[in-house]
Amino acid sequence: MGLIARQLEESGIPTVTMTCARDITEAVNPPRSVFLDFPLGHTTGRAHDPVLGRRIIEGALAAFADADHPGWMSDQSIHWADDDSWKDSVMRPVASGTTDIPGSDDERSPRRDTPQYQSIDDASAAEKTHGDEQCLVCKGVDY
Amino acid sequence: MSDHRQPPVDYIDRTLAQYEALGYPAYSWATNPGTPPWADVAEPLERSRLGVIATGGIYRVGQTAFTHHDDTTFRAIATDTATSDLRATHFAYDLTDAHRDINVVFPIDPLRSLADDGAIGELAPSFFTCMGGIYSQRRVRDELAPALVQRCHDDHIDLVLLVPV
Repeated sequence: MGLIARQLEESGIPTVTMTCARDITEAVNPPRSVFLDFPLGHTTGRAHDPVLGRRIIEGALAAFADADHPGWMSDQSIHWADDDSWKDSVMRPVASGTTDIPGSDDERSPRRDTPQYQSIDDASAAEKTHGDEQCLVCKGVDY
Repeated sequence: MSDHRQPPVDYIDRTLAQYEALGYPAYSWATNPGTPPWADVAEPLERSRLGVIATGGIYRVGQTAFTHHDDTTFRAIATDTATSDLRATHFAYDLTDAHRDINVVFPIDPLRSLADDGAIGELAPSFFTCMGGIYSQRRVRDELAPALVQRCHDDHIDLVLLVPV
């Protein structure tokens, strides 16, 4: 995302980068960023909490007016829970020694190079769309 | 409960430790020391057209989903799309809540409500989505990023909110 932010700014479009990973964003060093101390997968809020979601987006958008130098970062100061114990289990190294094969303890999903649909219905819907006159892929304006 | 607070998660150190435990070579994180590029904000938000680029693997029903292997394509999602038609696919984050409510990674509803209230001048005709976790920085730099920048200019977008996961 840092590369996209930088190219947008170089082309004249200001950006604000939202982030839940403060150290990664500090390394990437975007022009304006807003940190929210939530678990990954919740960059813009909590499920079914529209009041909080709006507050978080307002906080992020305020950076367009508030940021006054390249590399500026603010902290939303909103907490995920009453305590931070959710951080204890984030990406802790898996137990080693169960096997000698590299990667076999990796719990992340395999990197398949075919489209990965949320449901089988979505795959059917995409197949149906593709090829008809509504298809934005065929019109060259979408994928 | 403030005494139970911890500093932000050290994702870089934890990823390095995880890769080491798995027997992988060390992951090379993007770092950009020095002063980042900077475009001045010309008009306030309430007179600007706002775009969004989100990397959470979001697509609309009817669109082809992303692959999970260095997919550098993007999707244009019309900003009047029904929230219930939005989906997410990814390999690198827990999708449980994104599948319950897409607004946790793609804030379409709060942005529509802020535009309706006049806090945002207008939303771009489409928001753009892609995958995060693309290993090839070269392909992001040479393919994905320039294509997104071009679309933002084609759509006369003034400001862009970037939403990684």
